[in-house]
Amino acid sequence: MSDLLNAEEVKAQIEAGVPGSHVTVIPNGSPSGQHSLLLDNEHAFAVASFLRDHPALRLDYCSLVTGVDWLDTETTEKIRVKKVVDGVETEAEETRKTKVPGYLEAVYHLFSIEKKHGPVILRMRTANRTGQTQLPSLTPVWRSCEFQEREAFDLYGIVFVGHPDLRRILMWDGFADFPMRKDYHPPADGVPVAEVHA
Amino acid sequence: MADDLKELKIELSKNGIFTTTLEELYNWGRKNSVWPLTFGLACCAIEMIATTMARYDLARFGAEVFRPSPRQADLIIVSGTVTKKMAPQVVRLYNQMPEPKYVIAMGACAISGGPFRDGYNVLKGIDRYIPVDVHIPGCPPRPEALIHAFMTLQKKIEEQALAGENRPRHLRADLPSEFEVPEFGEHGLEPPANPELFPALPGNPLKVLQ
Amino acid sequence: MTSVAEMKAIAGPSEIMEVSMGPHHPSTHGVFRMDVRLEGERVVRLKPVFGYLHRNHEKIAEHGAYLAAIPYTDRLDYLCSMTNNWGYVLAVEKLAGLQVPERAEYIRVIVAELTRFQNHAGLIGFLLQDMGASGTPLMYAFREREKILDLFESLSGARMMCNYMRFGGVRVDCSAEWLDEVRRLVATLPRFLGEFEALLRSNEILMARTQGVGVLPRELAINAGVTGPMLRASGVNYDIRKVDKYGIYDRFDFRVPLGEHGDVYDRYMMRLLEMAETVKILEQALRNIPAGPVMDPKAKLRGLRPKVGEAYGRIESPKGELGFFLISDGSTIPYRYRVRPPSMINLTVLEDMCLGQNIADVVITLGSVDIVLGEVDR
Repeated sequence: MSDLLNAEEVKAQIEAGVPGSHVTVIPNGSPSGQHSLLLDNEHAFAVASFLRDHPALRLDYCSLVTGVDWLDTETTEKIRVKKVVDGVETEAEETRKTKVPGYLEAVYHLFSIEKKHGPVILRMRTANRTGQTQLPSLTPVWRSCEFQEREAFDLYGIVFVGHPDLRRILMWDGFADFPMRKDYHPPADGVPVAEVHA
Repeated sequence: MADDLKELKIELSKNGIFTTTLEELYNWGRKNSVWPLTFGLACCAIEMIATTMARYDLARFGAEVFRPSPRQADLIIVSGTVTKKMAPQVVRLYNQMPEPKYVIAMGACAISGGPFRDGYNVLKGIDRYIPVDVHIPGCPPRPEALIHAFMTLQKKIEEQALAGENRPRHLRADLPSEFEVPEFGEHGLEPPANPELFPALPGNPLKVLQ
Repeated sequence: MTSVAEMKAIAGPSEIMEVSMGPHHPSTHGVFRMDVRLEGERVVRLKPVFGYLHRNHEKIAEHGAYLAAIPYTDRLDYLCSMTNNWGYVLAVEKLAGLQVPERAEYIRVIVAELTRFQNHAGLIGFLLQDMGASGTPLMYAFREREKILDLFESLSGARMMCNYMRFGGVRVDCSAEWLDEVRRLVATLPRFLGEFEALLRSNEILMARTQGVGVLPRELAINAGVTGPMLRASGVNYDIRKVDKYGIYDRFDFRVPLGEHGDVYDRYMMRLLEMAETVKILEQALRNIPAGPVMDPKAKLRGLRPKVGEAYGRIESPKGELGFFLISDGSTIPYRYRVRPPSMINLTVLEDMCLGQNIADVVITLGSVDIVLGEVDR
């Protein structure tokens, strides 16, 4: 990857070019070294247009759009608390559990056909997994997102605001579930279902 | 046919006299002009096309006339994975075919869902909704296997009696030639199987995909 | 005699008719459906309907080990199992940081280019069949395809679902006899190509049916993420073999054919020209293939546990950019497994290409996109 597409570099470009936008670099620990940029949902559309039209970056081609489901997680931490037992103050250890709400994530892989470079990876996150699953649609910027955003809506339930034709794409219209979510259980149809074959 | 009649027939044929029965003649004609429906679902369809091409040459079995319309077809080769979204269409196509009609379930997916059985949108075998005459395993079955299925079907047609208790469905007015088309439900197809065809549906799953 | 325009004026505006083409239709190359709205024979709206072969590839792959997904990738684009394997193993190699021995890279190029050849030959056969050249071109294509499948079978054990590549190399080494067989076949390919081209290339009917039909403008093609021969037919020079130089494609001398008009004829020619380039790559690979191991000794096939992270690997499959996006959570099972299906994304522009055309042209425009439903719906 050239220096131009360095995640920090792109972040600086975006924050200079789109005032008010907030970008976080999400590091990637794998040998692929493809770091990604987390956008704030409010400015995501402006950032996408900026990246597409930027004369040096020219990310004119959005290759891949996908949803990812991150479940609610629980973090446990041990803290010391002072307790008064029988009039004597003692220190005791207590575990406190905090629930971190999960979210749905949309990932976009951008390349440039004109400059023949890439990828620049964008991410957007919903507020939670159940009620607030809206994200801005980038289909008006790149037509190639049209079917893939519909697929993320169909299988994950991410609602892309501004999508011209947001319907289920792979499953039928009356289908109620979002089958690619991690907590989805398929109907058994009367046969035993195989275990995870790892 | 009784054994002594068979012997007589052989004896006559040795002397250059050909005898036959109406049943034999009828079935001989039918088995050598099976017209399949041009109907491909998935990977197996490519092997089905390969079977009709020069090297395997399905025309040798009188079955090269693939018809795109179910009204003109005798045989539906369910060649590939039947998804839940596609299953009502497959049943409807089968219902539109005139009797006598036959079904070959080609490949693991058509038989049981095959490698994709664990999928939420995959039907676990087409015999849940329509009666299957010949199953051929394989993923996908080789063209030779499809030809074997054809020959098995031809043998089956040859042995069908025109009269009597065991006469096939198309000669009996009391048996249905159309089957119920499943409906799209909120979580899957309803019903998950046609109870008349697939009564042995066991109860609940043993383990659910995590 | 009244002219057509006058007759139209008398009859008034024609009624709009809705036609549902598919999922069972002889020209849709599988279980694909188009909701077409027609005014007379002219298409005024066309919406593709997917999902009739949605068999949950991604969900199943997210429940199995990294190795267990390879046979499923065979069944994505079931005409090109070798290139599907390559796309996936490339992504895993990026995720886990594996190296591929040189001999394995050469074998990969050989089988991938053979795959490209038989895919393009088959596509042209089907396309001409859609245009009414019933039988003959398809028979020619399948005759050649069978020879290539024989080679795949003797190498991997299966005709279609080869399940041949592994992350870190290929499953088994090829023998010297096998390479000789390939050399013998490749030597006959130029003759076949000449024959295949001469069949219909300058046929008047073919030109009338295809030239100026289903035009895809360059800017739209880029914006809609169209890839592969279809993008290059619109005059955009973008071939991932040249751009990414994945594997060892930088060692081969080959050219990327480009179209000018972006119509069905250009897309048809693009395949023919690419087949000729494929033969060139094959000749070079067969000349230079070295001896050596075919697996990275560090590659652990069973129980591979890549570090937490993600990777996107992509190749130039015969249909376009085939990509695999993997997220690892440090376990033996991919947390997220996503396929970027080229033939589905190429269908984004189907409506734009068909608007205002006759319904008969929809069939050949779709045929020239080159879709395989196993990949479109997964």
